Amino acid sequence: MKKTTPAAKVGQNQGVQGKTKNLFGGLSKDLLLQIHELMVKSRILEERLIKIYRAGESFFWIGGPGEEAWGVPLGLLPRKGRGIEYDFFHLHYRCTPTMVALGMPMIEATRLMMNRSTDISTGGRNFSGHYCFPQWNVAPVTSPIEVQYPIACGTAHAQKRAKAKAISIVSGGDAGTAEGDFASCLVWASRRGQELPLLITVQNNRWGISTSYQGQHGEESIANRAKAFEIRARVVDGNDPIESYIAIREELDYIRRTGKPSFIEASVSRLYGHSSASGANFEKGDFDCVREFEMKLLKAGVLTDSRVKELWRQYEAEGVAAADQAR
Amino acid sequence: MAMGIAMAGDRCVAEIQFCDYIFNTIDLLKIAGNTLWVTHGNYSLPMVVMTPVGSGIHGSVYHSHSFDAWASRLAGWKIVMPATPLDAYGLMLSAIEDPNPVLFLKPKALMRVRGDQLIPGEPSDEKTLKSMIDAPIGDRRQWVPRWPDLEAYHVPIGKGQITRKGDQVTVVSYGRMLLVCQEAADQLKTEGFSIEVVDLRSIYPYDWGLIRESVMKTGRVLFVNEDTEVTNFGEHLAYRVVQECFYHLLARPQVLAGQNVPGIGLHPNLEDASIPQKKDIENAIRALMAEVP
Ligand SMILES: Cc1ncc(C[n+]2csc(CCOP(=O)(O)OP(=O)(O)O)c2C)c(N)n1
Ligand SMILES: [Mg+2]
Repeated sequence: MKKTTPAAKVGQNQGVQGKTKNLFGGLSKDLLLQIHELMVKSRILEERLIKIYRAGESFFWIGGPGEEAWGVPLGLLPRKGRGIEYDFFHLHYRCTPTMVALGMPMIEATRLMMNRSTDISTGGRNFSGHYCFPQWNVAPVTSPIEVQYPIACGTAHAQKRAKAKAISIVSGGDAGTAEGDFASCLVWASRRGQELPLLITVQNNRWGISTSYQGQHGEESIANRAKAFEIRARVVDGNDPIESYIAIREELDYIRRTGKPSFIEASVSRLYGHSSASGANFEKGDFDCVREFEMKLLKAGVLTDSRVKELWRQYEAEGVAAADQAR
Repeated sequence: MAMGIAMAGDRCVAEIQFCDYIFNTIDLLKIAGNTLWVTHGNYSLPMVVMTPVGSGIHGSVYHSHSFDAWASRLAGWKIVMPATPLDAYGLMLSAIEDPNPVLFLKPKALMRVRGDQLIPGEPSDEKTLKSMIDAPIGDRRQWVPRWPDLEAYHVPIGKGQITRKGDQVTVVSYGRMLLVCQEAADQLKTEGFSIEVVDLRSIYPYDWGLIRESVMKTGRVLFVNEDTEVTNFGEHLAYRVVQECFYHLLARPQVLAGQNVPGIGLHPNLEDASIPQKKDIENAIRALMAEVP
């Protein structure tokens, strides 16, 4: 039994024709436009949340601008739904792009940001980015980093027992992999004969707050640590939505087919710094995947200037309306 | 790592940002506490672990925890919790020199609050100090702090301090709550109440002599802290007061602590409802005063 979401089906049908075909990995125009739109929506949402913080209407912001190219495909490809037959998400606090791709309206992130009692994730208790959507198997995001990794082994274990060919997906940052919980996850996911249907991902932005990757890691890539447990592992350019999409699709297929875990390390940007605690200012020198992808699509004629303008206008308006409503 | 450094005869101050995240190292904390005892004195672990604690910054579920009640159960550790910069400095120097593991709980909401007294050598002008030691926002790779030339100053571990003198009620607290207790005491003083405020400063060993002496004088005591109320450190102190001062008491000893909820919610209403506020302290003092033996 192999289920795919409609989005994944679009991707597998006819790709963009001619010269641009290789450029876009054979993904269809509709899919490319969908990915672009969701990336834009997620970026605008995060920038709105930062504005809410700046206006003094919230105490703290943390989120995922700079991770759209990775996070959007991660929300599009899995089997979305509630219960053990569907894929589980164990996300961290930078996964707004994945939530937007799953279908989260801006108002939900905004209520969470403004700690309203109407916030469906935490009822005004927790910080921004701490999503919890049981209807899509989105497990509660926790502030303690890395605990989601062994928890994900549990849902994967239950999924394996249910023989539903469903997968658990876990994500976190590079610095967090120093925690023992990360190692525990690799151990539990890879026991011989008892492997778990788990997609283990690490978004490597090369920072843990103010500690840089260089000073903390002896291993060449975090993916190498998964290889030591015989877990299939690779590093992808998480700033490239096409590469991310194809890699996630391949690994989800592999896990559904074999029931074994797989590991993806994605290089991403941390475009507004760690959080509002470090100012939440735009990092000018860093790769901006939304702008770059947009330019690439424009150049290839997949996207038009007027559509770009319209999208940014439309989602700006949704963001403003959401803030007004949450207020 | 800190334990190994200490075992090798070196010293360090390890930091856990924040105490909310200390729980995944609880096993090591336990071992650090029992090493001297379990090795029959073969290994002492002179090390300091400092960690920001408590609420007051709208830090929500994982930046508002308290750890004093938890810490008081880590036998073998000394535990300190200053309420002023000068005490923080003096307790830190004592902690570093102590032959035992010392847990240094620093109330995060007080980290930028100036005290009445300067650390010896601290520039009196706040701007001058900030220009010397505040890291710039953004790229700080080229930046180096210019530490002022400070003199040594020690606050002995295990010694509390009376910060307001009075003879009708004793209020014992520490950390951020100490400052709120002082405000409440000052407020009530204008209404004619005479309240003695004790800053415990050390949670273990604690200054029982100071508490006892004050309670014997006032006959009424309130313990205030912001950790959760069930199995709270204040309960231990109240119990000891009952055991040792019972026939001198004019009212039941009271403990005012945080609500027994799993976390402190982000919305100010949630935080205010879970943590003792100045008004709650005032009310508790009034209730103690109103009680007739
Ligand atoms: C167990 C635990 N310890 C410490 C912290 C404080 N903390 C919050 S974010 C962070 C850095 C995480 O870096 P990384 O895993 O690379 O993720 P990123 O924020 O870069 O996406 C730390 C140490 C925490 N949240 N949880
Ligand atoms: Mg990181």
